[in-house]
Amino acid sequence: MLHGILVLLASQLAGEAVARGLGLGLPGPVVGLALLAASVALVPALRRAVEPVATALLGHLSLLFIPAAVGVVQVLPQLAGQGTAIAVSILVSTVMALVVTALTFRGVVRLMGDRE
Amino acid sequence: MAEISPLWIYLRASPLLWLTATLAAYLAAVRVQALLGRHPLANPVLIAVAALVLALHLSGTPYQTYFEGAQFVHFMLGPATVALAVPLVIEAARVRKLLLPMVAAVIAGSITAITSAMGVAWLLGASRTTVLSLAPKSVTTPIAMAIAEQTGGLPGLTAVLVILTGITGAVVVTPLMNRLGLRDFAARGFAVGVASHGIGTARAFQVSELAGTFAGLGLALNGLVTSVLAPLLIRWLT
Repeated sequence: MLHGILVLLASQLAGEAVARGLGLGLPGPVVGLALLAASVALVPALRRAVEPVATALLGHLSLLFIPAAVGVVQVLPQLAGQGTAIAVSILVSTVMALVVTALTFRGVVRLMGDRE
Repeated sequence: MAEISPLWIYLRASPLLWLTATLAAYLAAVRVQALLGRHPLANPVLIAVAALVLALHLSGTPYQTYFEGAQFVHFMLGPATVALAVPLVIEAARVRKLLLPMVAAVIAGSITAITSAMGVAWLLGASRTTVLSLAPKSVTTPIAMAIAEQTGGLPGLTAVLVILTGITGAVVVTPLMNRLGLRDFAARGFAVGVASHGIGTARAFQVSELAGTFAGLGLALNGLVTSVLAPLLIRWLT
């Protein structure tokens, strides 16, 4: 398990270094994701080390958002006057983005002649 | 009660209490979700946050004190993002086959998310700063905050809008996709990753490993696409 944690932390660290060093404007963990995917593809043995830790972490991904989400209380008073505009905007836009993304995905799959 | 209060004052300020409370609130929320038959409205983030906000309010604890404990959980977001590489590699063959649908869908989804959020807020009379802060709300927090900073939004406000968007997407995705009759879990997962980043991805992993994998891809690709498109669209629209 410790090997898996080490691989994840080292990938994130490398990701942070590359993202900042090259001024990519992307968060370090996202670059780390790409680096780890490439490393696992090149060295299949790495997969055995990271898979248990990765599965455990991703199985409880919701937990990791809670500390930041509790921070919502800090700004709620400032939003008071625009609450409706913000709530409607988020709801409408999230539903539209979900529908458009999913239908475009399926549309292109069908155009490619793949029926699933 | 005189001998209890110094102990309580000590505990209330200690990181251990709020770290424990965060874990307990999450596990209780998962239990509640299971009891309610995994109803989509019973989102574990939503339930746990409501319980913790109530606890902070009742105990008069400032968010900074809470976060000193909870930061250990928060820190794991970075390694968890990196860990998305694992399901990606496992599903590599399918991912490669679906590259074109994903690229088309993420561009369409990103444009839809940005323009509809800005348009609806503007029509309903939100301030210019709010409209600009809403533009990157579908992408993961660090990218969204960087975009807001660059385009004249408020990064702190954007962080909150990102979380609200994540919870909204996680709650609506299952009933919405069922109503659309869409049973392709790659498409469903990808859509929720694009529209509501990591919180949507967390929901997708609850439903299926395949949906979670594609949600992770949607999250990462939309981070890229929106950082390019949001500044352009904002320049054209405002």
